Parts: sequence; structure tokens; C-alpha cells
Amino acid sequence: MIASPILAMHPTDWLSLFLHYLYLSVLSVGGAITTAPEMHRYLVVQQHWLSDAQFSSSIAIAQAAPGPNILFVALLGWNIGLNSGSVAAALFGLCITMTGILIPSSTMCYLAARWGHQNSHLRAVRAFKQGMGPIVISLLGATGWILVSAHGNAARDWPLWLLTAATALIIWRGKVHLLWLLAAGAILGWFGVV
Amino acid sequence: MQPSSQTPSDRQQPRSLADLFIAFSVLALQGFGGVAVVAQHELVERKRWMTNGEFVEEWAVAQIMPGPNIVNMSLMIGARSFGVPGALAALAGMLSIPLVLVLLLALFYSRYASHPDVTGAMRGMGAVAAGLIFAMGLKLSSAMKTNPLGIPLCIALGTACFIGTVLLRWPLVYVLLGLGAVSCLLTYRRLKP
Repeated sequence: MIASPILAMHPTDWLSLFLHYLYLSVLSVGGAITTAPEMHRYLVVQQHWLSDAQFSSSIAIAQAAPGPNILFVALLGWNIGLNSGSVAAALFGLCITMTGILIPSSTMCYLAARWGHQNSHLRAVRAFKQGMGPIVISLLGATGWILVSAHGNAARDWPLWLLTAATALIIWRGKVHLLWLLAAGAILGWFGVV
Repeated sequence: MQPSSQTPSDRQQPRSLADLFIAFSVLALQGFGGVAVVAQHELVERKRWMTNGEFVEEWAVAQIMPGPNIVNMSLMIGARSFGVPGALAALAGMLSIPLVLVLLLALFYSRYASHPDVTGAMRGMGAVAAGLIFAMGLKLSSAMKTNPLGIPLCIALGTACFIGTVLLRWPLVYVLLGLGAVSCLLTYRRLKP
């Protein structure tokens, strides 16, 4: 059984959740996945609205489904709603997190698109784009790390870490479709190998 | 795959809002992880809504802005033909059907979540998902070879960011506004003409 925290979400809690996602949206340079460490800090560590297992399974399910990875944000909202007791709350939570993460970034992108086209050779634009490179890449590493360290028992969990490392190497260097690896991970886990 | 030697003159246009919605639904449903590759194939080679050069330009803007690249890309293409309604149609196409699928998957998972085999399978998939994200970081890091900061500074900034986020658990805003600003300023100075 997943030890889900059972919640009483008050309207002010939903509002804080919405505001936090509006704010994460503005910060999500390089994609919403780069804000996953911050979501984990806020939702799991600080507010206790989600368990560690719910957080990492939300990301895994969104990766397994087709479509943009941003949908893990929908699942996080959905799970917060479920923890507070009903499917209606889950749908509400989904709307809160998805509109929160999408409205600011989409509006900014829409407004900036034409301006960016006309000024893509400006030094400041290039400095921003290239300067954020190492930060954005490092945040991807941090996200992977937080997913792995949800399984923190080295004696028991080392096969999982090995699977993560092998996946990273195969996708980085090889041409295997990532669906095969997700399927392989599911099979290994099903039979208790990892 | 034949080389695409198209010119802007034989570029097609989305015919309607429904056309945009359907095109982006089809695109999203093929995208398991590597949506960018699918997007290039669908938009440039199949639909001919843009040339390869235009794709690269739009992608650069989508990356500069916050938000998921592929979501930004879809709304920019929708907006180019039909303004705000076009942006919304493309965005809806990109998100609505995949959202239903992901919820079905989550419902299926929650029904069987207590089953030990299913828990194990999710553990395995979670480990693979972490590996996929590492791999994405590794692939993107090859772009740092041509970064004006140079490789040692990129490694230093990346390491500082990792330590701040993972070990010290800094809130993201400190990382982006602090380290990000340092990194952008250094880049700005290096780009001095």
C-alpha cells in the first residue's frame, strides 16, 4: 500500500497551490521538468500534500504515456485531489496545477514570439539563451537524482540504480526507442529483479 | 527519408482551427519522450507548414521562453495563422487527448497500486524514467562544447547548480535568479563583439 497522506485541503491551500504553479511557470525555462525538484520540495517536503511514491509514479506514468511530459503536472494535481478525498477534488486539482503551469508561460511565449523573431541576433537575447544552458542541463541531472534517491537504501535498491545508469547510457549512446526501455523496466520490476 | 529542399513558396498553411487541433493531436500521440523529432517530421516534412530553417528559428524562441518547448512551439505555430484562437486550438490538440490517456493510465495504476507486482513494475519504470532524464541532460550537454562560456565554466556552473538544488535544497528561484544571472552576465561579456 502507498502510504498516502490524507488531507484536508482548504480553499487557501488550493489558492497557494495555484499561486505556486503560476510562479513555477515563470521559472520553467527549459521545460516544466526542470522545476520538478522545486515541486518536490514544495509538495512533498514542505506541505506534505503528496508522498514520495506518488511524486515519482506521477512522473513515471506521464513518461509512459504519449504526449508532452508536462502532463506529470496534471497528475500531481490529480493526486493531491485524490489525497483530499474525491474524484471531483482530483479533477479540480488537475485544473489548478495545469492552468497554473500553463497560463503565465504561454502568455509570455505568445507575446515574445514576434519580438524574439525580430531581435534574435541581439546580444542580450543570445546571452540569455546560451547562458542558461549549463543551468538548464544541471537541473535535468538534479531531477534524475531526486527520482533515484526516493529509493535511498543502498543494500536493497542498488539494482534500481544500476537500471537508471544503464538506461541513461543506452539512450545517450544508442538508438533504442525509449518505450522498449520503459517496458523492460516494468518487466524487471514486475518479476522482482529490481 | 528524402532531403527536404523546399522553399518558403511551397509552404502550406493550416486550413482551419480543426486542422490545427487534429495535426497537433496526431503529433502528440506519436511523441513518447522524443516529441521534438516527431514535431520536425510532422510539421516540416509531412504537413509542410514550415521549412527546416523556420523550424530551428521557432524552436530557439520556444526554448528561450519558460514553459515546455513543444507546448510553446504549438501555440506559436497556431498563432502564426489564426492569432489567439489558433494558439488555443494547437494547445488543445497538444494536450487534450494525451491528458485523457494519462488519466486512464493513472486510474488503472491506482486500482492496482497495492498489487506487489504492479508496485514493482512502477519501481522499475521509475528507475528507467530517471535514466531517461539523465540521458536527456547528457545529450544536451554536448551543446556546451560550442557555448561561449567554455567547458570549464559550464562544468563549474552546472556543478554549483546541482549542489544547490540537490544537496542544499535551495528553492529554484535562487538558482535561476542567482546562478542563472551570473551565467548570463558572463556569457554576455564573452559575446562582446
